Amino acid sequence: MDFTYDDEQVALREAVRGLVGKAYSDFEQRRRTVAEEPGWSEEVWARLAEMGILGLPFAEEDGGVGAGPAEVGIVAHELGRVLAPEPFLASVVLAGTAVAEAGTPQQRAEVLGPLAAGERVLALAYADGATPVTASEQAGAWTLSGTKEPVLHGARADLLVVSAALPGAGSGLFLVQGDAAARTGYRTYDGARAARVVLDGTAAVPLGEPGADQSAALAAALDTGRVAACHEALGAMSVALAATTAYLKSRKQFGVPLSTFQSLTFRAADMYVSLELATSIASWATMVLAERGPAAATEAVSRAALQVSRSGRHVGQEAVQLHGGIAMTAEYLVGNLTAHLTALDHLLGDGHHHLRGLAAAVDGHGALDPLAR
Amino acid sequence: MRLELTAEDQAFREEMRTFFTTEVPQELRDAVIEGRELGRAEFVQSQQILNAAGLAVPHWPEEWGGRGWSELRRHIWLEELQRAGVPAPLAFNANMIGPVLAQFASQEMKERFLPTTANLDIWWSQGFSEPDAGSDLASLRTTAVRDGDGWVVNGQKTWTTLGQYGDWIFTLVRTDPQAKKQAGISMLLIDMTSPGLEVRPIELIDGGHEVNEVWFTDVRVPGENLVGELNQGWTMAKFLLGNERVGVAPVGTVKRVLARAKELAGPQLEDPLVRARVAELENELLALELTAIRVAAHSAGAEPHPASSVLKLKGTELQQAVSELVLDLAGPASLASGAPDGPDGSDLPAWARRSAPTYLNLRKASIYGGSNEIQRQIIARTILGL
Ligand SMILES: Cc1cc2nc3c(=O)[nH]c(=O)nc-3n(C[C@H](O)[C@H](O)[C@H](O)COP(=O)(O)OP(=O)(O)OC[C@H]3O[C@@H](n4cnc5c(N)ncnc54)[C@H](O)[C@@H]3O)c2cc1C
Repeated sequence: MDFTYDDEQVALREAVRGLVGKAYSDFEQRRRTVAEEPGWSEEVWARLAEMGILGLPFAEEDGGVGAGPAEVGIVAHELGRVLAPEPFLASVVLAGTAVAEAGTPQQRAEVLGPLAAGERVLALAYADGATPVTASEQAGAWTLSGTKEPVLHGARADLLVVSAALPGAGSGLFLVQGDAAARTGYRTYDGARAARVVLDGTAAVPLGEPGADQSAALAAALDTGRVAACHEALGAMSVALAATTAYLKSRKQFGVPLSTFQSLTFRAADMYVSLELATSIASWATMVLAERGPAAATEAVSRAALQVSRSGRHVGQEAVQLHGGIAMTAEYLVGNLTAHLTALDHLLGDGHHHLRGLAAAVDGHGALDPLAR
Repeated sequence: MRLELTAEDQAFREEMRTFFTTEVPQELRDAVIEGRELGRAEFVQSQQILNAAGLAVPHWPEEWGGRGWSELRRHIWLEELQRAGVPAPLAFNANMIGPVLAQFASQEMKERFLPTTANLDIWWSQGFSEPDAGSDLASLRTTAVRDGDGWVVNGQKTWTTLGQYGDWIFTLVRTDPQAKKQAGISMLLIDMTSPGLEVRPIELIDGGHEVNEVWFTDVRVPGENLVGELNQGWTMAKFLLGNERVGVAPVGTVKRVLARAKELAGPQLEDPLVRARVAELENELLALELTAIRVAAHSAGAEPHPASSVLKLKGTELQQAVSELVLDLAGPASLASGAPDGPDGSDLPAWARRSAPTYLNLRKASIYGGSNEIQRQIIARTILGL
């Protein structure tokens, strides 16, 4: 078992760090970008496309780069470190994977090529809103009705990938043109964008064979997204910890630096423990996903998500507490890291959700063995 | 990144598993698995079986019985050993004094002590702590005063684990009272049958006798028993304590106990709260094991990775948490700890009767081997630079 990145992966990390670091090392810059629609920088997005980042997980014949979950994780980690607001997770990882899993070869090439080139932004609409979305078919033409909410970056997306209950059993995945739906966009508390998407007999194109159940493809997209979200959270946590230790050393109260108070340094030490545990388990789940595929990785992904949820809350909450009032302000990075960690936690099923699933299966295994084949 | 073990490491793992489960007597392993207290003879028997196969001190330098394994293999070795319920090689011998002698002692001293230490022909005790020198070990007061060729030792050590079995004790003694705290300390090896040396038992909260006080009254120690250089004891102590931390995350043991707890739980495993508690512990344990593997892969040579403090800290917390779970599963049955086994005893299962003493005993895990507060200090200072 080997947790180290190879040279190519390290080079990828440096390249992404260079790009988003330059764009967002100044937190004010990030705040200005987030304040204006669509909440992220079209210019940074185009640069990511040029670097091949937006096609990273897709097969070469579909217009992608043919990399895997490890590379996606590396990118997500770097985006997490600077809270880069670009919709990599929403558009490339979640929506893109759904298309890659469910689409016909032709659909894949038609959708993923332009996504990789930065010409078209996708969003995955999977969470039902007030009225669950259902699909109907008439003379081979499909339409969708119902509400999806919240849809991450749903208002800006050119193309929506929508899950819907099929007339028979199961759920299908459909492509819907963004402007064909009624969309209400809004800000989320971490500065991202989400939307309510209302469909009312809206024309839709089934991904893959019409009428076929695509639940497995959706599950694969969500699990792939969870792993990427874990890495994004690790990036945010590592910066929250680094900022906290730096602050403890520089901030003076009672005439001495805060780092002279052991009760505080110990809490920083516990944050480090949390981060290490989360790093280990997220890296492992990434390897399981990469080598065994989504169907075999469900449990590993849940385990990583649970640990990252626990660690993320711990690190985020402590980072704010140890910074004191400054961390409560919107101008300061640390509170924003905590907000984003919270959002990532809830985006794809929080710790409670994953714990419930794992607890239900507790008697299904003996001792856990990460070295098992 | 690679998920699976290489074919060679996988084969190594199988080899270890087979050895531990077939060559070490079932009875001995059952005693460990059921949490019964082991006597000296059982530790000796187990370690000698391992040593004969070259499996007692694989991390020592090769000329003294080490195997030159990668850190990952050492991890696999320990994990399989713990999983099979094999008593680990005595830490005082295998992890503490052995590596110190191999690193710092004269050739003569190595030849004299290392083979017998590996084979547990001599049983070592650790004589570091004193009543007024716990976490602050360097404030120790036991003195060794030059007397011709030798030393005369006076003072008191405490918390000496299994000192009742000890043949020899490695001690830290003050050899230069004038020097600054850390600078005036030396390491001496002392034969525990020496006149003037007395071992007195301490009873612990679980009712067991595993620690002792060791008193020294004008104990004469030959000059050649000084390890390394005069007044270099602190360097060796730090080296030893660093090693102590690495082996101390009992991942394999805790995993075995947690898996067994699920069996022992019986119908209680239907309770969603119990299931959630188990699942949460399993997850943290998995994260810890993966961290141990990550740390093993990144340890350079003899230097323990700084993150090994994470293993000590989290490993002992989980060890304690799992013992607490077993205690809670036993519930009121845990009160029957005083009942003897057999027909005259209690009808309640043995594991339930052992659960409270085990839980109480394991409170020690976060105190010794550098308390968990000391580990936090190490993380804060050396890793985070605070
Ligand atoms: C069962 C058992 C077996 C042992 N076996 C041996 C043995 O074989 N040989 C041997 O030499 N020793 C042995 N020890 C001793 C052990 O190493 C000491 O108990 C340990 O170093 C702690 O010292 P103390 O008990 O004096 O506690 P103290 O040092 O007095 O500490 C009391 C509490 O204060 C905390 N504390 C102390 N200093 C700080 C600080 N600077 N910052 C924050 N918190 C702090 C500690 O973590 C602890 O919680 C054993 C101990 C036990 C319980």
